[in-house]
Amino acid sequence: MIINGVTIDKTFAEAFPMKATRAIITAQNEKWALISAQAMTGFATSVIACGCEAGIERLLTPEETPDGRPGVSIMIFAMGAKGLAKQLETRAGQCVLTSPTSALFAGIESGKPIPLGKNLRYFGDGFQIAKKISGKRYWRVPVMDGEFLTEATTGMVEAVGGGNFLVLAESQPQALAACEAAIEEMRKIPNVIMPFPGGVVRSGSKVGSKYPALGASTNDAFCPTLKGVTKTDLSPEIESVMEIVIDGLTKEDIDKAMRVGIQAVCELGAANGVKRISAGNYGGKLGPFHFHLQEIMA
Amino acid sequence: MSALTFSLKRRTDQRVDMSPLVCQKLQDLDPSQIAAIELQNGKRRVRVDELFAISGWDTQDILIDGGFNKLDFIGKELDGGSITVHGDTGAYLAINMKSGSIKVTGNTDIYAGCEMKNGYLQIDGNAGDFLGGALPGNKQGMKGGTVLVKGNVGARAGDHMRRGQILIEGNAGDYCGSRMLAGTIAVMGDTGRFLGYAMRRGTLLLWNQPQLTATFNDCGSHTLAFLPLLFSSYKALNSRFADTNLAFNRVRRYGGDMAETGRGEVLVRI
Repeated sequence: MIINGVTIDKTFAEAFPMKATRAIITAQNEKWALISAQAMTGFATSVIACGCEAGIERLLTPEETPDGRPGVSIMIFAMGAKGLAKQLETRAGQCVLTSPTSALFAGIESGKPIPLGKNLRYFGDGFQIAKKISGKRYWRVPVMDGEFLTEATTGMVEAVGGGNFLVLAESQPQALAACEAAIEEMRKIPNVIMPFPGGVVRSGSKVGSKYPALGASTNDAFCPTLKGVTKTDLSPEIESVMEIVIDGLTKEDIDKAMRVGIQAVCELGAANGVKRISAGNYGGKLGPFHFHLQEIMA
Repeated sequence: MSALTFSLKRRTDQRVDMSPLVCQKLQDLDPSQIAAIELQNGKRRVRVDELFAISGWDTQDILIDGGFNKLDFIGKELDGGSITVHGDTGAYLAINMKSGSIKVTGNTDIYAGCEMKNGYLQIDGNAGDFLGGALPGNKQGMKGGTVLVKGNVGARAGDHMRRGQILIEGNAGDYCGSRMLAGTIAVMGDTGRFLGYAMRRGTLLLWNQPQLTATFNDCGSHTLAFLPLLFSSYKALNSRFADTNLAFNRVRRYGGDMAETGRGEVLVRI
């Protein structure tokens, strides 16, 4: 399959079941809601070393938030329920509770309830106040700038993590420009995050390493500087490869995000140095979710 | 009209225990069985059809027409369904109510919403003393649900209240929120003496500056984030509480009762 001069490989991305949750952070203005959200979703690019994958889903207008202030919707993905709950709680405690003027609300009503502010309330040292409003439990924790308002729980649902595609280009700036165009479109899709810095990862990995202690190492088949010394997957004109990883609440959400992302890349086309779109998989043996690129773009 | 309607035939001299006439107890009964239920009336027991003309069939939608101030225990332990009273009610309206809704167009006597667990109680007129309170000797009053009073309420509203909310459009009598354990009481009108007497936790939300005892301490003026959420939860009510022009998020906060644990609060609109 070729779109605007860009070859779409006959391959697939392989993804895994994860647990996910969503929270809504509001603040006095968008600037501070965003600062808090960025802190909460920081150092959360990959479950390999961060414990979770997190990202900003989108900005929310005051009309969309529970307390009528500007807000940010963030999502956190982890491999297990326990890990997700721990990450949510520690991040909320260190990054939202601490952030001036912030308030924290549930972003998912369904699924299993997990603590959001339920345990952060103890920071109030006995001065905290519970309020049940419209069937939901909130905590008012006295803090130095006034009160930190937080919903007690949010919902945890089954989700999918690790959807991806690779952008192969003739130069590094062209690969990055293509990825930036893709991310801009993909951020408009609800229920997905792209957890890596700016949504783009330049160090895609393969399973295993020559060093026994490491479970993952550089994906040498897609490293352009190794074209002559390893079993490469790159043609001679490819000088840079970048990857976009997507976590989503459902397979359909990731499908949608991949489609608009690849479409944006293809719109730049071969004229802008983009030559191929590929994807990372483990032979289909590890992850139950397969995203076939040509089917998605059909 | 499909609502199961009990139209009062005559006013009795003695009080009537209306507790058998709740939705869950009537749901499997046919009209003749309902008519044969005996109600305690003073020291006598009288059949329902001796006091009321019965019409309609929907046992989950009960209408009591011609209510007066000796009909006690209306909606006792109500567990789903709705009861509407045209007129006044006696004491213990909605006592121990579990779910469902009760609406009264007139006034109610003492202990309305007493130890209520959940559900919705609306009183269009005035309510007597101990609204949402605990029975004498009991340690916890209202434990959940919403009580809306469009008129005034007597003394000791929310006495020993544990959870839920009492919304009062008019004035509240003395000792409003006394011995309160938690929950919210909102009063749009004036409040009497000894507001929040011995309250441990909970919120008294006021539109007008109260006369506070020395055991409530001024905590200053604040903008509280939970208030917009609270007021937006009132939007569906048929009440002045649904009026966004009357909502606010800026309050003077008084902490107390310091003679108790001091974890309660009186919030006054500024």
